[in-house]
Amino acid sequence: MDVKITIIDREGDSHIVDAPTDMAMNLMEIVRSYELAPEGTIGICGGMAMCASCQCYVKSETELPDMEDDEEAMLAEAFHVKDNSRLGCQIPILEELEGLIVELAPEE
Amino acid sequence: MIETDILIIGAGPTGLFTVFEAGLLKLKCHLIDGLPQPGGQLAELYPKKPIYDIPGYPEVLAGDLVDNLMEQIKPFEPGFTLGERAQDFEELDDGTFIVTTDEGTKHHAKIVAIAGGLGSFEPRKPPISNLEFYEKKGVSYMVKNPEDYRDKSVVIAGGGDSALDWSIYLADIASEVTLIHRRNEFRGALESVDRVKELKDLGKIKLVTPAEIVDLEGGDQLESVVVHKKNNPEEDFRIEADHFIPLFGLSPKLGPIGDWGLDIEKNAIKVDNSLDYQTNIPGVYAIGDVNTYPGKLKLILCGFHEATMMCQSAFQRIFPDKRYVMKYTTVGGVTGFDGSKKEAPKAVVKAID
Repeated sequence: MDVKITIIDREGDSHIVDAPTDMAMNLMEIVRSYELAPEGTIGICGGMAMCASCQCYVKSETELPDMEDDEEAMLAEAFHVKDNSRLGCQIPILEELEGLIVELAPEE
Repeated sequence: MIETDILIIGAGPTGLFTVFEAGLLKLKCHLIDGLPQPGGQLAELYPKKPIYDIPGYPEVLAGDLVDNLMEQIKPFEPGFTLGERAQDFEELDDGTFIVTTDEGTKHHAKIVAIAGGLGSFEPRKPPISNLEFYEKKGVSYMVKNPEDYRDKSVVIAGGGDSALDWSIYLADIASEVTLIHRRNEFRGALESVDRVKELKDLGKIKLVTPAEIVDLEGGDQLESVVVHKKNNPEEDFRIEADHFIPLFGLSPKLGPIGDWGLDIEKNAIKVDNSLDYQTNIPGVYAIGDVNTYPGKLKLILCGFHEATMMCQSAFQRIFPDKRYVMKYTTVGGVTGFDGSKKEAPKAVVKAID
């Protein structure tokens, strides 16, 4: 089953994409699979919460899983961080994400 | 001038394994890497994390894989230029190459194999508008010579091991050390966190958290930093500082390799994957995460394969007239340049009476 997610890219353009819930994917990987940010500028560490290149701002009220320590620690050292910042690689695509709206943070 | 057959740029797993495959063909290798230790991302970013898709290893820690590769290539006596970044590239009339590092070390090679991974690791720079203006005028991103900071006032920003460790180290050298971090929690070795707390209680380190530096001030030299306290946004304040050292880790950038005249696509080097992973410059190959071709996967195991194919092609380029067929190591053994020889024990022939 797919969920609809709105991703606002770094140029400010909105994309409504279908994200599969059955492929163990995360939000960073969805962005890459739709090529909404150039390769090499997102998901640099591969999804280990070690680089913050997949930082995004959550613009909807969607319930998201709580941050784990490594995500929190990485965001503490990332730049352009806001209160609604999350790392896309730490957000698994689940049915609860239907309607999620996120904006990609600027490239560092 | 360092002379070698194959100059490998990048000492990550792919670069290291290239030494082995080249060694089987009696080709000598030399590696350049911007980091002070071999291993690339595996050593720098995630040495303690497990990898599960190395054939034959159900699970191996990244750091252990690097150690094993170093052991495996030891007989082939690779040379290393570590802590220097490959900067300039020149092709000579005889088809050989000279690569010069940012420190001016020159390497002359018949073949260049770029195994640069995600690029060279550069310090992550916080978004402070006049940060670059003060580079070398008080701002630095690493501590090269601690004595430079003797009796100076130093402000360090960051929340990881390097911020903690340098705060501790410089506490005895500098006249004043201030450590600034966006959160109250630090992610570093517990003993470092405890030590910083001790030094804070002794008055040897000033700790300002949660806070961040938002501006730098001074004339031609840095004189002070402006601190923005998170829970008190109206009251930004100044700290006098001779030096500001932001330590926010490293992030990879393709860097100077991007200007060598290679075909680049999606921040990666285009290669011929139907044959030998050669770039658009004959004699220059790109292997591992740094290259791209249809269907490319950035996996260590793919890097190993690419390194193997590349070495065969390099051999043919260096010795166009030599006949050669690939030999299994089980058959031929491994003869190191250091005189060592490993080989399969001979089967015992014994009659049954």
